[in-house]
Amino acid sequence: MPGDLSDGRIVIVGASLAGLRAAETLREQGFTGSLTMVGDEPRAPYDRPPLSKQVLLGKAPADTTALPMRRDPDADWRLGVAATGVDPLEKRVMLADGESLPYDRLLIATGTRARPWPNRDEGSLDGVFTLRTSDEAGRLAERLDAGPERVLVIGAGFTGSEIASACRERGIEVTVAERGPAPLVGALGGTLAKLAAAMQRNHGVDLRTGVTVTALRGDGNGRFTGADLSDGSRVDADVCVVALGAVRNVEWLAESGLAAGPRGIACDAGCRAFNMYGIVTDDVFVAGDVSRFPHPLFGYQMLSLEHWGNAVEQAEVAAHNMVSPGPLRRPHLAVPTFWSTQFGLNIKSVGVPTYSDHVVIAQGSLEARRLAVVYGYQGRVTAAVTVDMAKSLDYYKHLIETAAPFPPPPGAADRAIAADVTIPSDVPDPSGLSHGPTVALTGYLPDRRLTVVQPTR
Amino acid sequence: MASDTLLARITDYANRPDPYPLYAELREAGPAVRQADGSYLIGTYHEIVALLHDPRMSADPRSRTTPAPYNVTRQPPFLRLDDPEHHRLRNSAMRPFGPPHSPGRVDSMRGEIVQLTKELAEVFQEGRQIDVVDDFAYPLPVTVICRLLGIPHKDEQLFQGWTDILVAAADIGPESDTADREQAADQARQEMGQYLVQLGEQRRGRPTGDMLSDLVNEPDAAVRLSTEDLAINTILLFIAGHETTVNLVTNGVLTLLRQPDQLHRLREDPGLLPRAVEELLRYEPPVHMRERVPLVDIDVAGTTIPGGTSVILALASGSRDPLRFSEPDRFDPTRPDNQHVGFGSGIHLCFGAPVARIEAEAALGALIPHLDTARLLQDPPPYRQNAMLRGPRHLPIQL
Repeated sequence: MPGDLSDGRIVIVGASLAGLRAAETLREQGFTGSLTMVGDEPRAPYDRPPLSKQVLLGKAPADTTALPMRRDPDADWRLGVAATGVDPLEKRVMLADGESLPYDRLLIATGTRARPWPNRDEGSLDGVFTLRTSDEAGRLAERLDAGPERVLVIGAGFTGSEIASACRERGIEVTVAERGPAPLVGALGGTLAKLAAAMQRNHGVDLRTGVTVTALRGDGNGRFTGADLSDGSRVDADVCVVALGAVRNVEWLAESGLAAGPRGIACDAGCRAFNMYGIVTDDVFVAGDVSRFPHPLFGYQMLSLEHWGNAVEQAEVAAHNMVSPGPLRRPHLAVPTFWSTQFGLNIKSVGVPTYSDHVVIAQGSLEARRLAVVYGYQGRVTAAVTVDMAKSLDYYKHLIETAAPFPPPPGAADRAIAADVTIPSDVPDPSGLSHGPTVALTGYLPDRRLTVVQPTR
Repeated sequence: MASDTLLARITDYANRPDPYPLYAELREAGPAVRQADGSYLIGTYHEIVALLHDPRMSADPRSRTTPAPYNVTRQPPFLRLDDPEHHRLRNSAMRPFGPPHSPGRVDSMRGEIVQLTKELAEVFQEGRQIDVVDDFAYPLPVTVICRLLGIPHKDEQLFQGWTDILVAAADIGPESDTADREQAADQARQEMGQYLVQLGEQRRGRPTGDMLSDLVNEPDAAVRLSTEDLAINTILLFIAGHETTVNLVTNGVLTLLRQPDQLHRLREDPGLLPRAVEELLRYEPPVHMRERVPLVDIDVAGTTIPGGTSVILALASGSRDPLRFSEPDRFDPTRPDNQHVGFGSGIHLCFGAPVARIEAEAALGALIPHLDTARLLQDPPPYRQNAMLRGPRHLPIQL
């Protein structure tokens, strides 16, 4: 009954971008019941993109990136306390302080955390950092302020590359170690990865590809001094940033019976969580980085996206559906987008570049450092990435939404000479990279029927 | 009436005071409506936005073959160029104006713009008759753009004369005297360009903190403008930098005097002003139409428009499209989701939008307290000839 949906008890676990936007949307859509926000960090919701950019450059202190609130969500804030479990039968969320919160509807937006260095002792050396939270950014920025001799960045995904860019902008020597063939290759494929490698080297980054870091070394007093690489070389550095991608915060759901795993929590297009039997729930919703959802533009594969924009859009859809009766619910169909700024370039993407077999440089050129690369899969446009050409993105987004044929039609004003020459998109298997994928296609091919359930403990 | 006469009717001066019913007719007949001369007119929001972002749509009039080829070989300013040349020039012009190289420029002018509006508003005294255009809306943006570029106050009159000629020549319409207008415009353009280049020469090595100084003293030779590019594009900055703002401010006063309840609302809650300016840009925008030319045959909602054909995008119609905006003909300063096309969109998105927003906000903020008892002496007021850059020539009011 619609009348009931605007009242009752809603608990949101995860007090970051997705959680906040969902809370605001619930109130905007007329939810008048009680709303509780649970977050394991003690801070009010804050914005993360600046943490690897303005904060590391020293332009903004780490504690100044609080997210503006579009309206007061009028919530009971439980910050600094983690959720430890869900009882879907009793409809309660258990908290680390022993309390449990009853709910009528639950939204899970627990996001991700930085993947730690696998060797715990090495990872706890003084000078070894990960970058995900405001506190981590603050500590790393402080260390960069002190003027280190050299920074070692492990992993050349977006976060690692932005950290390297910030270091170079501040005149700090930096070595980047990446197991794959080039930076950003996991997200953007071979063509733009070559540009990314050239940009890093032109800006003075000591870029080592095709290598892994085999050990982090300390000075005997717990201070990081350098690292051993798989090619037998050694890098002397006083700061190390481990940028190996993200881990989804799903462990607390291990006994919930929900379809939660390393790739996230599976949900339907309406953001309703699946349970472990693949049966959709109707009172547990998911949004943001921790979700996996089917997208019709990408073969109904379950996408898990670590994108700012997806967190906002999915949270709004989830919130709308939490207070709307079935026929009025909306699907989450937004075309994925993300951006990055590094080495003086603005990189923006629309669609899913990894869902591709070929690419074409449609506008501009690699030489000009200004171009639009369009990605195609089986003859239709599935993604586009622009470098310093962001205003063209809407056009390509429209091509993706309408499943336009690939390569895109001729006639663009600054059409590349090779705009007809499609080349393999050259997206590697993510398991061969240091940095985890920020977009994961987690569906299964029909010829692979076997799935193996491996209990986490 | 036949839809292939719509452009002729829209540009007909008799319809200047209220073109909006014609826009409704256009959207009804659309999305792509062929005109008798072979050109196309488009007035629906989604199609306009798609075409503004389409890299196959040229802004360069030299791409045009239908209805009449554009014969002028002179290089246009970046407003009417395509990438990559457009990008190179716009980028060079942006360096002394906005982020990332000059992030503080526009914001640092806020105080002096507010001060200027206060001074100009002093003539708004109870009992007086005022022409909002000549007494306020015109002097404000001219002074601002002159200060921004670094043009001495004493030469503003000179610029006004040149501007009138150039704006008249840039209009679209069925008039036949285009050759004469073009010749006059050429002359004005040359004189104005020479003036600006000479002024730039004086500033070379002796910068005075304005955009012209920064442009000629750009240290990076790769992005420094040539003399010719400097002349062409600073003329553009000057004209585009004030003509449209005059209309925006005047349209604002006109709209508020026609809707006293909204005037009252803004007087009570000045915090609504920034949103009121956005709504104004949607409801009564200064720029009503822009021309584009497809470089190849393109499909617009099922209609194939041949390459080289003049396509007129009726932005003012798009911003009133009921498929995009609910109750589009209502002026509502609290309208949510107001993604109007008042500043265009895509690579040619209004360069000076941040200045225009500050000017309009400051201007309306300064005038609103004086408008309580004001009334329009002529409604509709006399309009300027131009259908593309539409606005009143005079707006006489009684205070």
